[in-house]
Amino acid sequence: MSSILQVKQLYKHFDRLKAVNGVSFEVDEGMCLGLLGPNGAGKTTTVEMLEAIKAPDRGSIQYRGMPLSEEFKNKAGIMFQSTALQDFITVRESLELFQRLYPKVSDLEQIIEDCALGDFLDQDTAKLSGGQRQRVLLAIALVNDPDIIFLDEPTTGLDPQARHNFWRLIHKIKQKNKTIVLTTHYMDEAYELCDKIIIMDHGEIIAEGSPRDLLSKHFNDVVIKLQRSDELDLKLVSLEGRGISEGITRHESWIEMQTSDVNQTVKQLLAAEISLSSLQIRERTLDDLFLELTGKDLRA
Amino acid sequence: MRWKRFLSVLKARDREFVRDRSALAWNIIFPLLIIFGFAYAFTGDQLDQYKVGVIHQPEEDRISFYSTEYIHFIDISELEKTVAINKVKRHQLDMLLDMNKKRFWINDSSPAGYMLEKVLAGSGGENYQKQRVQGEQVRYVDWLIPGVLGMNMMFSALFGVGYVVVRYRKNGVLKRLKATPLSALEFLSAQVVSRLWLIMAITSAVFIGCYLLIGFSMVGSYLNLFLVYTLGAFSMICMGLIVAARVKSEEMAGGLLNMMSWPMMFLSGVWFSLEGLHPWVQKLALIFPLTHITQAARVIMLDGAGLLAILPNLAALLIMSIIFLLLGVLLFRWE
Repeated sequence: MSSILQVKQLYKHFDRLKAVNGVSFEVDEGMCLGLLGPNGAGKTTTVEMLEAIKAPDRGSIQYRGMPLSEEFKNKAGIMFQSTALQDFITVRESLELFQRLYPKVSDLEQIIEDCALGDFLDQDTAKLSGGQRQRVLLAIALVNDPDIIFLDEPTTGLDPQARHNFWRLIHKIKQKNKTIVLTTHYMDEAYELCDKIIIMDHGEIIAEGSPRDLLSKHFNDVVIKLQRSDELDLKLVSLEGRGISEGITRHESWIEMQTSDVNQTVKQLLAAEISLSSLQIRERTLDDLFLELTGKDLRA
Repeated sequence: MRWKRFLSVLKARDREFVRDRSALAWNIIFPLLIIFGFAYAFTGDQLDQYKVGVIHQPEEDRISFYSTEYIHFIDISELEKTVAINKVKRHQLDMLLDMNKKRFWINDSSPAGYMLEKVLAGSGGENYQKQRVQGEQVRYVDWLIPGVLGMNMMFSALFGVGYVVVRYRKNGVLKRLKATPLSALEFLSAQVVSRLWLIMAITSAVFIGCYLLIGFSMVGSYLNLFLVYTLGAFSMICMGLIVAARVKSEEMAGGLLNMMSWPMMFLSGVWFSLEGLHPWVQKLALIFPLTHITQAARVIMLDGAGLLAILPNLAALLIMSIIFLLLGVLLFRWE
């Protein structure tokens, strides 16, 4: 796969805040790259520099081997984190407005069908639901038949059904060999959609790779979950001393134990006469990875 | 500049304005309410005082006419004599007296002038020479309409561009447009042209509506009036661009726009003549586009002034437009 974007030593500081601090990476053509990080990690600033909305203080961004130019605007489709559309115009009129701003355009009827806009095409954009609105904004990002599409937290605030519908749209776009750069707070979204993820914190990259590779590189254990009770708390205190788990995390109603030997841990629990009626075993997720790398809950 | 991009933004802005029925209705109803309100407020018998302009009135030579009650005597300088005679023609002055030359001017069709002539003859002015002038009465509403139309343009231009672009900046519309090939010049031109034609359409509708409903004096050329209002609206739209250039909050924009519009509303001669104000204030008023619009429109509508007479006002409006436009475009930022 050839690289469509090359980012080298990118810096962006706002007064004393180092929003982006020496970031380098490449985006291959046709891939979906996920930028993950807590609030203030620098992912939106990074994406806005890639979109040519903000100029970097230092560093270079190359699109197909050339520095970003005005022409890049014709090749990029952008869906910002928060965008309002002009009041009192319909969905179709909004699409037509944006389409006329570009020299090369996609077939509007195809976009309308792909993004399932048919039911509210003549509705005022101010009267759309959250999910409908995000689909319209995605459709606008596609009107110029872009080679690369930037989606900045596209599903934030959507209900689970609307999020899954949105994921289906992104899968459709991926099938057309479009390159996607996605920022998200949701680990399941990154896992579902991204071929490669970059985790940022304090303006720097702290991990980079495919979701599976990153998980297998950082974890070789699973998590055992049990419903929390006073009795369990008491018994676990003595079991902790005997190395039942590589790490125990106490949540409000659950206790999680990390272990690389499930059989041994379950044996120890049974020996201590702990009820396993609520037992669940799960694999490590990107949430765990994020917590391990940054010490923060991603949605905090 | 790509015309396709310019026209699509223009069309979208027009649609937004025309479909916002409350704003559209207010743009038409507001000036009508003011004009009707003032037309009725200053109609009737409440102005029972006679107004007499006096040229040269040395204290020692005063005739007993001066001690007549219910007459308001106004000092007129020799330089203001022509203007004062015009006021007699328009019934804005009931009589003009020249003490040195023992002459007086009255309007043949003015009952107040007739009464004052009789009073003057019986109170020391029997040997004063009568000068007749003719002319239709100019009501306050006739005098008011040119300025009120200009004032309505001012609000529509300043808030319709300044406030709206700031709102676009705040809610992310501008940021989204910045990500497209649309240039700032194309965007701003579309905003200016959209607002200009909408203002002219609304002003024409209000003008025709007032003319049909209450009638008013329109002596001069419609073309000249159209030119004054078009250039005036353009200059005030460009003034709005300065606010639109960088401001990020609607509250700040509202404050700045009020700071611009309120002095213009009261010091541009819309509601009352600037003649009685301090000369310094009269000079200050000339920095406002609305002063030039009001002055030029008023002399066209009331006196039938031609292009030559309003040339200084047109030149001032053109210079202001260029300065405001350059500032607005140079200072403009999408975010």
